[in-house]
Amino acid sequence: MDQLLLSRLQFAFTIGYHILWPAFTIGIAWFIVVLSALWLRTHNAVYQHLVRFWTKVFALAFGMGVVTGVVISYQLGLNWSGYARATADAIGPLFVMEVLTAFFLEAGFIGVMLYGQERVGEKLHFVACLIVAIGTVISAFWIISANSWMQTPTAFTTTADGRFVATDFWGVVFNPSMPYRLAHMIAASFITGGFVVTGVSAFWLWRGRPADQPAARKAFSVCLGLLAVLMPAQMLIGDQHGLNTRKYQPMKLAAIEARWDTARRVPINLIAWPDEKAERNDYALEIPLLGSLILTHSLNGEVKGLKEVPASERPPVLPVFLAFRVMVGCGMLLLAVAFTGLYLRWRGRLYTTRWYQIACMGCVPLGFIATLAGWVVTEVGRQPYVIYGHFRTAEAVSPLATGAVAGSMAVAFVLYNCLLLVFFWYAGRLAWRGPMSGLPTHPAVPLATVAAALGQIPQATGGAK
Amino acid sequence: MSMLANFDFASFFAVAAAIVIGLYVVLDGFDLGVGILFPLAPRASDRDAMMATLEPFWDGNETWLVLGGMVLLGAFPLAFAILLPAFYVPLCLMLFGLVIRGVAFEFRSQGGRFQIVWSATFAAGSFIAAFCQGAVLGAFVGRNITVSDGAFAGGPFDWLGLFSLATGLGVVAAYGLLGACWLVWKTSGSTQNFGRELMLPTLLCAGAAILLISVWTPFAKPQIAERWFAWPDFLWLTPLPIIAFLAGIGILLTRWSEREWVPLALSLLLFVTSLAGLGASVWPEAIPGVMTIWQASSMHRTQVIVAGAVVIIVPIILAYIGYGYWLFRGKTKPVPEFPPR
Repeated sequence: MDQLLLSRLQFAFTIGYHILWPAFTIGIAWFIVVLSALWLRTHNAVYQHLVRFWTKVFALAFGMGVVTGVVISYQLGLNWSGYARATADAIGPLFVMEVLTAFFLEAGFIGVMLYGQERVGEKLHFVACLIVAIGTVISAFWIISANSWMQTPTAFTTTADGRFVATDFWGVVFNPSMPYRLAHMIAASFITGGFVVTGVSAFWLWRGRPADQPAARKAFSVCLGLLAVLMPAQMLIGDQHGLNTRKYQPMKLAAIEARWDTARRVPINLIAWPDEKAERNDYALEIPLLGSLILTHSLNGEVKGLKEVPASERPPVLPVFLAFRVMVGCGMLLLAVAFTGLYLRWRGRLYTTRWYQIACMGCVPLGFIATLAGWVVTEVGRQPYVIYGHFRTAEAVSPLATGAVAGSMAVAFVLYNCLLLVFFWYAGRLAWRGPMSGLPTHPAVPLATVAAALGQIPQATGGAK
Repeated sequence: MSMLANFDFASFFAVAAAIVIGLYVVLDGFDLGVGILFPLAPRASDRDAMMATLEPFWDGNETWLVLGGMVLLGAFPLAFAILLPAFYVPLCLMLFGLVIRGVAFEFRSQGGRFQIVWSATFAAGSFIAAFCQGAVLGAFVGRNITVSDGAFAGGPFDWLGLFSLATGLGVVAAYGLLGACWLVWKTSGSTQNFGRELMLPTLLCAGAAILLISVWTPFAKPQIAERWFAWPDFLWLTPLPIIAFLAGIGILLTRWSEREWVPLALSLLLFVTSLAGLGASVWPEAIPGVMTIWQASSMHRTQVIVAGAVVIIVPIILAYIGYGYWLFRGKTKPVPEFPPR
């Protein structure tokens, strides 16, 4: 295997593992803010238990995100020194801004959020939670901005020795695809986090332990309510993002649709197996006209085909095509689950429908899978360029010995997989113990007594039925 | 903007990078040091107390490392693009060390049967990260980096040598000293005594390493000898080793002092003077023998933006980081949040 491919695999692997954590923690951080606000307003103990529980899970995931993120920041120079040299004058300041305005903010207040509860009082604690949550979004803002500039580069000139120089800082930051990409990613994070909360709450409902019920019901209800709004919103954002991609990255769109010839009134491929050598699709299942309608919002709209450019300029079609269908498929499933929740709520069976609880538990990984698939579409779809249309991936790679890259790849592969398993173990254990495990309960006192003492027992027995 | 046209941004960023890296070294230094001392702690309760002193701070400390890297990228991209591939192996090892150490923080606090595994992971990660940082420092100052056409052209183990191994171990010992002083300041009782006892061996090891490096570098590179022994630089530079030496003696004398912040302050002084000495040896080269900071610089526009961001935002960061340290002031109470089941 050559050094370039190894470096690409290594980056795909390390950033794929990294993206799982922000995708989760951005959503959870804001959920904690909502819960803290509800606790401040109502002083209903249920909210406090939920804040405590989800803060513990958040701390685990946040730690994973921080350590894998430090690796990414150095990898820009370690494995992609050509990229670092060429782009530092365009997007280097964005990375500096991310550290200055987001990482320090998160790092500075996560200590207060996790360990400072007794020292600062509940109002300041809420502020700390809010600042951490804001930090996660600011971080996403800068990093998505840098990534978007690589997809749709604007406001730059190039020097004789091949360096990109920004002509307008804000032009680089607010490049044409940035707002769509940011909205899509933030919504994806809210959805991913939301379905984790829903799934875990569904597990507590399904298990039926009385003491868990008040917290489980609250979280289940709040999250499903938010998701019923977020899911259709995400579909709209995705649609707008698609229009933007058609305008600025036509070859990526062609790969997403596995469209070989430029045409009007095109069908949409529901499923197919693109054959890149023969430049056609096998086993295609098409719906006429729908392609033009979705991609251009007009029946007569033109969609560019891959044959417009030589084969060396095309992104790999198969992974992009399949990943897009995985992403949309997950999205459809999640939309169906969110709307089913609305229906069950209307029928008054939201907390008691067993099959629906199992379905919600099954949805926990879907947000992560959809996010990863979306990144494959975005990043593989940009190939063979790092900076779309201007700078090839092959020019970006570091002059390293193959053995060194293979070695770091092997270590990262073993290490990250171990860490993921350990995270599942500890986070799973927290979820298994339930939201009430933080209570100072005496072992001799049954949990039902605790719930009764909290005045929640009538509701709780109702939920167990 | 015209005012800024003749401003020497390269020198500004060299100083800024030195300050950021210095802040990283002293801040993450004490928490890496605590990790290095972890296997020596006599009781599990001491390890709990040691960990508890770091919990609110370690994440912020590590962020200075990311800032250091990104400021180098934004200000000296040509050096950044050569140095990182040149130090690929130790930097990757350092990152993996920081990864396992960071997750050990989270997972150890969950308690359970495997706590001892996470203690070992924490110690190993801290040691690996500290050693690799020292090795990179040594290789940067003492070894030659092969460059052709503005890109690294050497092999993956060019950084390795007796000198970089010595600086690696020296940094481990020096972080251990910082960690011991930190424990004396932040803990009480048996854990504090443990910190006090460790000050002597870590100080001797760190002192020997600093001495070795100070004597070795001028011999390793004639241009460094020229810098140190040429008039009038000699006049400006001699105070550095003298202050460092006095600080070392001071730590030795105040080990058992009632004023528990004094050894920590003196060890910080020792660190700052040692780093300043190294900086004086290298200045004004971005990569010794290859390019100066002016040759390694980014474009003027980029410099203005990055410098503006740093000048405006870093004071704000220092303010709330300071607030964090003030908030968690005093002795750390090693009380677990919830009793383990």
